[in-house]
Amino acid sequence: MLLINCPYCGPRPEAEFANGGQAHIARPADPMSLTDDEWAAYLYMRDNTKGLHHERWRHANGCGRFFNASRDTTTDVIKRTYRMGERPEAEHQGAKP
Amino acid sequence: MLSPAIMRSNALSPMRSSGTTAASATTLSILPDAAKLVFRGKTEAIEAAGAHFGVKPSLEACRFAAVGGRSVYWLGPDEWLFQAVNEDPIEVFGGMSVALQAQACSLVDVSHRSDGIAVAGPTAALVLNHGCPLDLSLKAFPVGMCTRTVLGKASLLLSRSEEHVFHVDVWRSFAPYVWQFLDEARSLS
Ligand SMILES: [Zn+2]
Repeated sequence: MLLINCPYCGPRPEAEFANGGQAHIARPADPMSLTDDEWAAYLYMRDNTKGLHHERWRHANGCGRFFNASRDTTTDVIKRTYRMGERPEAEHQGAKP
Repeated sequence: MLSPAIMRSNALSPMRSSGTTAASATTLSILPDAAKLVFRGKTEAIEAAGAHFGVKPSLEACRFAAVGGRSVYWLGPDEWLFQAVNEDPIEVFGGMSVALQAQACSLVDVSHRSDGIAVAGPTAALVLNHGCPLDLSLKAFPVGMCTRTVLGKASLLLSRSEEHVFHVDVWRSFAPYVWQFLDEARSLS
């Protein structure tokens, strides 16, 4: 079983975690000023990265907290996990943050 | 109005007679009822809550602290479980909420939500590992550690009070499943 490093609890079995989709997608500050296409892009359009991908995970059966992980989608190796509000490290910014 | 005895019937009581037949070095037993409160808040509020409760909550991840029948479990970076064995939830909750009036925090009485099982014996870790993927060696999961985790298809709170004694706190609707899972596992190990 894969181990995922929760920023609060340390390395824990994959079965305790839930994936939360792509990270660092900010909600538009003023949704009313957006066109339908822009709003749809915010809601539905996601990167389909081959390589390093920054995504949200939740330690659902553990501390319950969301955090971010930088995962290589070709090898499934998680290079780094970091807390909500933090940015991915420069050396890991292969994908669009 | 329902009498408190009806409102708080242990989901594991049917297991008493059927669940203790397997020949195994590991025993299962039903833990006594307890008042259980989930607290969420920042450092200042948790310190005030601990001071009132009489147990200093652990600020370190995945640790619990106990004084007599009262214990505080770390659940998350801003979340703790206060447990008082054989105490009246209404009284414990009332006292805590008065003590925390000036604090920004949340306190919820969840005494009715879960039941407890003690898994004890030299093979207790092995029995739990039939359905729990955590490393339960003393080095990785020392005495005094607690965490929410999974056992089979159920989510639960697991803690280690002695080298060979684990406590499982599981939501009522999962309790018979977890009991039967552990009973089957201990008959195999
Ligand atoms: Zn965690």
